[in-house]
Order: sequence, then C-alpha cells, then structure tokens
Amino acid sequence: MGMTMTQKILADHAGLDRVKGGELIMAKLDMVLGNDVTTPVAVKEFEKIGIDRVFDKKKIAIVADHFTPNKDIKSAEQVRAIREFAEKMGIENFFEVGEMGIEHALLPEKGLVLPGDAVIGADSHTCTYGALGAFSTGVGSTDMAAAMATGEAWFKVPNAIKFMLKGSFNTWVSGKDLILHIIGMIGVDGALYQSMEYTGEGVAAMEMADRFTIANMAIEAGAKNGIFGVDEKTLDYVKGRAKRAFKTYEADSDAEYVRIIEIDLSKIPLTVAFPHLPENTRPAEEAKNIVINQVVIGSCTNGWIEDLRVAAKVLKGKKVNKKVRTIIFPATQAIYLQAMREGLLEIFVEAGCAVSTPTCGPCLGGHMGILAKGERAVATTNRNFVGRMGHPESEVYLASPAVAAASAITGRISTPWEVL
Amino acid sequence: MLTGKVLKYKDNVDTDVIIPARYLNTSDPKELAAHCMEDIDKEFVKRVKSGDIMVAGKNFGCGSSREHAPIAIKESGISCIIAETFARIFYRNSINIGLPILECPQAAREIEDGDKVTVDIKSGEIVNVTKGKKYQAQPFPPFMMELMEVGGLINYVKAKIAGKRA
Repeated sequence: MGMTMTQKILADHAGLDRVKGGELIMAKLDMVLGNDVTTPVAVKEFEKIGIDRVFDKKKIAIVADHFTPNKDIKSAEQVRAIREFAEKMGIENFFEVGEMGIEHALLPEKGLVLPGDAVIGADSHTCTYGALGAFSTGVGSTDMAAAMATGEAWFKVPNAIKFMLKGSFNTWVSGKDLILHIIGMIGVDGALYQSMEYTGEGVAAMEMADRFTIANMAIEAGAKNGIFGVDEKTLDYVKGRAKRAFKTYEADSDAEYVRIIEIDLSKIPLTVAFPHLPENTRPAEEAKNIVINQVVIGSCTNGWIEDLRVAAKVLKGKKVNKKVRTIIFPATQAIYLQAMREGLLEIFVEAGCAVSTPTCGPCLGGHMGILAKGERAVATTNRNFVGRMGHPESEVYLASPAVAAASAITGRISTPWEVL
Repeated sequence: MLTGKVLKYKDNVDTDVIIPARYLNTSDPKELAAHCMEDIDKEFVKRVKSGDIMVAGKNFGCGSSREHAPIAIKESGISCIIAETFARIFYRNSINIGLPILECPQAAREIEDGDKVTVDIKSGEIVNVTKGKKYQAQPFPPFMMELMEVGGLINYVKAKIAGKRA
C-alpha cells in the first residue's frame, strides 16, 4: 500500500523507507517557528534543558507579530525577552516591527519554508505552508523549545482525507469560500488528527493566495495539516525566494485515504461562518439581514496581495458605511508596499478605511480593533469563537475579502453583486 | 492513582475560552490560572479544588496552539482531563507539560458534574465512584507514557542530551 503526500515527507524526515497512519515517529525539522506569545514560554522551557546553543541558527524563525507594535508594557517585556534570546543564540531569522509581517505570510515570502520541508511552529496556523507542498503543523511552546535544542519533533503519522477538486470558481468566489464550505460540511473536528490533501484539475486553476488560505484553515477542521501538490504556480512562487535546495513529493497512486470527497468548484457559493464556530456556515445570500459594526480585512488567512486587490475592486470609488469601522491590514511589509504601488491603499483610505501595519492584533482580540459588548464584525480571519475579537458577547462572522468589503459599504452582510 | 471531583464541560471547548488572548501578554502560570475558563464559566476559578478532574465532550482544546491553555488548567489544580476527543495540539501540549489526559467517549458522556472519579493513568481505568461505574480508556503508547513518567518533554530531552554527553 502506498503513502499519502504527508506520509512520504514524514518518512523521509524520519529516515524511514515507509510509515503508516498511527505510527509514532521522530522527524528532523527544516524550520522551527515561534511568535511573541508562544516564544516567551518556549524560552523558559529551553532554559530548563540547560544548554547554551540552538541546533541550527538558520532553521529557527521568531516573529514578533501578535501584540506588536507592542500594545502594553507586558507585551513589550515579552518581545524584549525573545529579542534578547534571539541575540544570545545568534538566531538569524528574528523579525520585528519594520520588517515584521504576519508569520505565515512572512516565512513563505522570504523563502524560509519550501516545498518538501517538515516544519513546526508554535502557532496553530503553521499549517499554512502546506500550500507550498510542505508538511507543516502547529505545536505548542514546549515542542518549540525541544525542537530548538534537538532539531526534531515527535509525530503520530496522520492518515488523510483526499479532496478531489474540479472546475473553477465563479466570479467573486475564492479559496476562503471553499475552505469555509468544507469546514461546514465536515465540521470543526471533521479531519481530527488527519491530513487534508488537495488534488485534481481544480487545484491547477487556483492562485497561490487561495491555496495558502485553504491550507491555513486546515486546523479549523481539526486537521494536522493541509497540503497541495507542487506545480508550476508553486515553483513560480518559490523562484527567486528559495536560497537552498528543496525536494518535491507527490502521493503514491495507490495511497490509501480514510475518505475521498469530490468538490465541483463552480458549485461553491460565497460563504459566511456564523458565530461561534467556523462550521456554522451558510451561503452569504442567506445572511443579508445581519447588521454589523466592524469589518476586518487581512490576517494570515486573507492578508495576501490578491485579497487586497479584491477588496479594492469592491471599494473603489465608494465609501464605507458610516457605522462600520473598516480596518485593513496587509500581512507583510512587502505586501503593504505592493498595495501602495498599485494604488490600493489610496482606494482604501478614500473609501474611509483604516489601513494598519501588519499585525495579528484584531484577529485574536489582542489590539487594533477590539469589539465592545453586543457588537458584530465581518472578518476575513479564521476563528469566530466566543470572545475571539473582544467582549465575550460580541460576534464574528467569517467571510472572504469580497464579502467583507461589500458588507463594509452596506453596513450589513452583503455580496459584491449588491454594490457593483 | 488520581481521585477528584468532576467539573464538566460540553463539546468544542476552545483555547480562546480556556484562556482568552487578552491575558496572553504574560506567561506566568498563576496569572493565567486566575483567568482560566473565564469566558465560558466565570465560577470555575472559585469552584476548582486541587486534584479535581475535568470532563468534557468532543474536540476539547480546539483552536489556538497556546500552551497557556493546558498550563492554566494544570496550575488551577486540575489533575487530569477526560474527554470524548481532544484537538491535536492541545493533546500534545498536555502530554509535553505532563498533564494527564485521557480519551474515553463513554466515560466523557456519562460522568456528570460533581461526581467523584478515580483515574489510573497507566492502565487507563476510570472509575465513577459516585455512580459505581467503571470505564476503560485506551492506555498511552509506551513513548507517551515515558514522557508522562519523566514529567514531560523537556525532562525527556534533557535526559537524552545528557545521555549523549555521558
């Protein structure tokens, strides 16, 4: 019996000819990631090991992106602790305000994660790099600490669900609508402990930004990782960014899957996830009476340049509703600069939106856009749990940049068709 | 053998309600424990006693990778968590920090808030003393048991590195 794409990457990194689902393995890592929330805990744990150097200065990335620019004194102290650790250990990939971007957009952009890599990150959305054909998964701070010391992590080898995609998206429909639709179909634990492997002609038609969004939200279905095969678009993206050799993998033709789900992309509607779980999905058409107070466009899920272009297309020459605070945050400095050069930032500001420096802030209710009691937001982020963006009695509706931008104009959940 | 009173929760308890992000500007276990479960059960910090056992439904600990969640629960005094299923990052974080955690769907469904329960981590046996009912959870595989026995991943790595040097 053959192996899935994820199993092949894991077998190679564990020095084994083959692995099977459920097996416990120790695998070598190509990159270990942490942020300003998870790294302080990892540093404390690392210090308990009692060694004075990390396994590889090039294979660790620390990105201060969550509560930065530092929102308060405690956050500033946390960032200082990880900055000092990075300096002491000579960690080459330490990024903060000025060159910092949201970690899961920044690492691919800088070529720090590549196809075929095995990556762990002390952040649940580390699964994003599956878009590049890498195995990447979120872990906790102790795993990060141990991996910084040894360059390894333990894994239970996952089985996989295969998603066979055909056709292409209708106008305005995107990867965000597809992944919300999938989570609505299989549930927030529908892929628990498993891989979500995407294949078929529908993938070829999909832009990298869509693939990043889809891989990013694998965790919202409980999955260990989401993964795409490597094609011309992947290689195009990686070209000029990769500074080291990489290997590409594909699933064996006789690989076994726990479930195969076929999806026709042309049947996917604009989709919204209602509070308080990402699985509470409905077509946007059925959500039109929900009045909102805030719109957030950005995050590791939808802060790519393609997302900003879509938002700008909807907002161009229009004004956002006076009752809707609209905050747009490009995921990285390079995306910010690109958006500026393309005139997108001008469109946003003229429409009455606030444009923020890259930060995870509003997505997790950290800062830069907190909701008051009873308020509602449409967000292109990834979670709508109780209290996720602020007060425990506030509400988050997850949607694509197109739906979020249209909703900002009307003041209630809307599709772009209503405003264009 | 662990013995404690049960605090019971439902399906899909996420890490944002276990410890809201507004408290993540610290990693001090005591500060985190002071806000544990705040957005889902304001009474938790008042009710919980050292040795108590948490029981929950499906997908416990879903969402963020924040280790602050199992740290807050452990520091609150919870000695063990039993659930129908756990989200995978929460599961590995708990093992890594030495917080015992067992999957046992039947026990998780039947045990009620306030029941007195005993748990044998090694064998996976769960006894509901209040109701006089026994359950068998899948015991840990040897590697995970070893992690639990040495007190977590850091001690395991420490021993491994020391072994290499010796």
